[in-house]
Amino acid sequence: MTSIAKPPVKHPSSRQNGIGLTLRDYEGVMSTLCAGCGHDSITASIVQAAWEMELEPHRVGKMSGIGCSSKTTAYFMKQSHGFNSVHGRMPSVTSGAAAANGGLTYIGVSGDGDSLSIGVGQLCHAIRRNVNMLYMLENNGVYGLTKGQFSASADIGSTSKKGEANEQAPIDPILLALSLGATYVARSFSGDKRQLVPIIKAGIAHKGFALVDVISPCVTFNDHEGSTKSYAYTRQHEVEAVEADYVPLRREITMPETKGAVTVVQMHDGSSVRLRPTAPDYDPTDRESAYAHVRACQARGEIATGLLFVSEGARDMHELARTVPTPLVDVPFEALCPGQAALDKLMARYR
Amino acid sequence: MSGINDFAFKMGTVNGTGSASANGLLMQAIFRMGIPVTGKNIFPSNIQGLPTWYEIRVSKDGYTARPSEVDLVVALNPATYAKDVATVRPGGYLLYDSSWPLDPTLVREGITILGVPFGRMCVEAFTKDRERTLLRNIAYAGALAALLEIDMQVIEGMLNEKFGKKKSLLDANHTAIRLGYDYAKANFTCPLPFHLAPMDATGGSILMDGNTACALGAVYAGATVGAWYPITPATAMMEAFKAFCEKYRVDKATGKNNYIILQAEDELAAAGIVIGAAWAGARAFTNTSGPGISLMQEFIGLAYYTDIPAVFYDIQRCGPSTGMPTRTQQADLLSLAYASHGDTKHLVLFPADPHECFSMSVEAFDLAERFQTPVFVASDLDIGMNDWMIPRLEWDDAYRPDRGKVLDAAALEKLPRFSRFLDVDGDGVAARTLPGVGGKGAYFVRGSGHDKHAAYTEDSDAYQEVVDRLKRKFEHAAAAMPKPAILRRKGAEVGLVTLGGCDAAVREAADRLQEAGIAADVMRIRGFPFGAEVAEFLGEHEHTFVIEQNRDAQLRSLLMIELGVPRDELIPVLDYGGMPLTAKVVVDAVSARVAGVPA
Ligand SMILES: Cc1ncc(C[n+]2csc(CCOP(=O)(O)OP(=O)(O)O)c2C)c(N)n1
Ligand code: SF4
Ligand SMILES: [Mg+2]
Repeated sequence: MTSIAKPPVKHPSSRQNGIGLTLRDYEGVMSTLCAGCGHDSITASIVQAAWEMELEPHRVGKMSGIGCSSKTTAYFMKQSHGFNSVHGRMPSVTSGAAAANGGLTYIGVSGDGDSLSIGVGQLCHAIRRNVNMLYMLENNGVYGLTKGQFSASADIGSTSKKGEANEQAPIDPILLALSLGATYVARSFSGDKRQLVPIIKAGIAHKGFALVDVISPCVTFNDHEGSTKSYAYTRQHEVEAVEADYVPLRREITMPETKGAVTVVQMHDGSSVRLRPTAPDYDPTDRESAYAHVRACQARGEIATGLLFVSEGARDMHELARTVPTPLVDVPFEALCPGQAALDKLMARYR
Repeated sequence: MSGINDFAFKMGTVNGTGSASANGLLMQAIFRMGIPVTGKNIFPSNIQGLPTWYEIRVSKDGYTARPSEVDLVVALNPATYAKDVATVRPGGYLLYDSSWPLDPTLVREGITILGVPFGRMCVEAFTKDRERTLLRNIAYAGALAALLEIDMQVIEGMLNEKFGKKKSLLDANHTAIRLGYDYAKANFTCPLPFHLAPMDATGGSILMDGNTACALGAVYAGATVGAWYPITPATAMMEAFKAFCEKYRVDKATGKNNYIILQAEDELAAAGIVIGAAWAGARAFTNTSGPGISLMQEFIGLAYYTDIPAVFYDIQRCGPSTGMPTRTQQADLLSLAYASHGDTKHLVLFPADPHECFSMSVEAFDLAERFQTPVFVASDLDIGMNDWMIPRLEWDDAYRPDRGKVLDAAALEKLPRFSRFLDVDGDGVAARTLPGVGGKGAYFVRGSGHDKHAAYTEDSDAYQEVVDRLKRKFEHAAAAMPKPAILRRKGAEVGLVTLGGCDAAVREAADRLQEAGIAADVMRIRGFPFGAEVAEFLGEHEHTFVIEQNRDAQLRSLLMIELGVPRDELIPVLDYGGMPLTAKVVVDAVSARVAGVPA
């Protein structure tokens, strides 16, 4: 009897990356979010990006506040160190961790409630401090975890599940970040992995604070007609400003040739992002046009997505503080303690 | 009081006019004459134009508490004339500026009034308005030098040190000091009956404030991350930390800093930064005062529940609310001991003076890492911002930080499984890992319910196991806290229990009581939780007084709650007006209560 050998089928999740890890290795514990929640899709994109970037899991700090979104740091990279802190305060905890050990990669995850209400001050100041981190703002327009109250990102006129309309003006995290001088500002949609994965990768490679605002529908409390953070609304009104592709160090450029002019932004680690504007006059390295573009989209009821602004070369928190290149946690005690002789000498000043 | 090297004097001036440097000069000159001296700066919460006082106490016996009475008052602020003249002890002296006619409010029976035309002399001697105002202070220092026999050579030497590089300033200061000195010499019988005579009692001492000492301790302990938000009276601590770091922490090879200071957007963020940094493995601290501690509550609970070391300096001031920001108090004791919602208890250190600020600062970091928990250093405005005469600071070069139980990659290798909150040793302290370590070392910190493996839980038993371990840890910490400082006297039937900056006044009070026939033992508590020695002392005396600077007897409450001491066994002595404690308050309270003693 003859038999035909079955060709070995390799499930994509068992493929190894350059450091011998599979996608599985970048997953976390089982999600407890509602089925269909946008946040879970973002988690999948983070897993994909980390795998593709070949991040060493134990060199990553996963930081979050409180909310359904903030829970998701448990759902990716279980071999990484995680810190699920308190509501709205992830930016300060991450600032401290990055201050102590600037040698790790910090991935922060927050929600629109966490970031734009209780934690809006901390978000602003982490941007000003230019903490070297990726900041994922999983934006659903509501407080998911406390069952559907409007958040500060809800648009005027947007209705809640019960039908009441929001009447207060929203805070747009993109405009906020642009006005505060953030050097990496992007927006995407949880359902658009193709766009989101390179944005995450470039955000991780970016030196300094990288804000990624992701429209992430809450299927339980904010995915109905009348919500501007629903799947349907976002799909219809999304306007991509630039197509981004992240090109890792020493890898071939994979982006297909296109007609529009391509801007290549070199990241500090040698990798690069290639940006192809979908609108002919869009310049992703110009803060003013980014601002104008986002405002113009907003006025038309559209959502500007893509890597909206990037500028490499700004000084991050450690450069601003002129700290040694060695992470402070690795500086030996001998270099920190002045010792008895110095103290003796110092005492003369207090006589 | 009142005699050679045993008296007190006080300057009443307006802040922002330059009196601080003249007052500092006087105090330091006396110190350099070898005579024990204390200075208390009583200043307003504004930048310019409000009353300020500086009290200097000279004590050959080395008493450093705020004086109970004042022998000489320099009244230079018309707004406080009435109050100032009233504080002169009967038979004492008042010095005023006689450039203007004697204000009737300054006239009082039974005191001697001396006038020196400071203002007029300065107007005649100097041309610029600013000089005239500033140097009036140096002129009164000169008059005091004559009246109290402060060594002019010492003073002039100090002026040379200070202004040596600025010739015109130096000359002006010398002129001003002479103006006052010569006038007093020519017009009054100098010195006054109470005055100074050189001694040799300060050789092993320094003058330092507690904020400086805390900062220096943080530097020596190896703290690398400091986060803060400006607040009186804590601000100067971070300023000192920065100055010391600029001196000691700049890497010679690269010129780069071996530290980072982050001025946060508020105290919440400062606490978050410290917790994040400590989680990442740095020695990190924040310094604040009561309002900041209030804002940090949620974060303190997070650090407690997730076993994160963090050092908080609370330079206490008068509460509640904004209270009196430039007055001292010990009114944060309860809010530190039980900070944050839920069942929480914290380690608190109570330094008595800047010398202990330095040593406890180092100890705080060791305790925090050893017990993986927040540690508070409860200083206060009096300790923090006044210069105290203290023994020179010492350092043992053999010191190495106690990093507590930290598992590195090699140690993890040997474990079948790493469980972050598993109490292996029975002391409630579970070994931690630091982010960046590979292998099994990664875990997930969460302020939500977690089990001993650091996994999320809503299970009663798993939750309770963790909080019970934290309780066990706290109980174990009691034995590691600094022991109380106990002074015993023969046959003492009175026990005086106190803490922090009250120490000097309480010890002095015990001496006075002894003279009045009341033998009193003194116990100064140095840490919370209380150790066995504290409990023992409380049962030993017929009368036990608890002396502290708050309205609600917070230390006494802690003793009652934690040690189960019955309420009536602890007699509260409370002083909470915002001024440093005087021995008189204690003596009066004890005498009034203890029978058979003239009050
Ligand atoms: C100090 C504090 N206040 C209130 C809460 C309750 N709370 C938990 S999550 C949340 C809102 C979260 O909203 P968002 O960040 O948008 O997250 P989502 O659940 O929508 O992903 C609130 C108000 C809390 N945990 N802590
Ligand atoms: S409530 Fe909304 S945000 Fe939360 S898990 Fe469910 S769908 Fe997601
Ligand atoms: Mg939300």
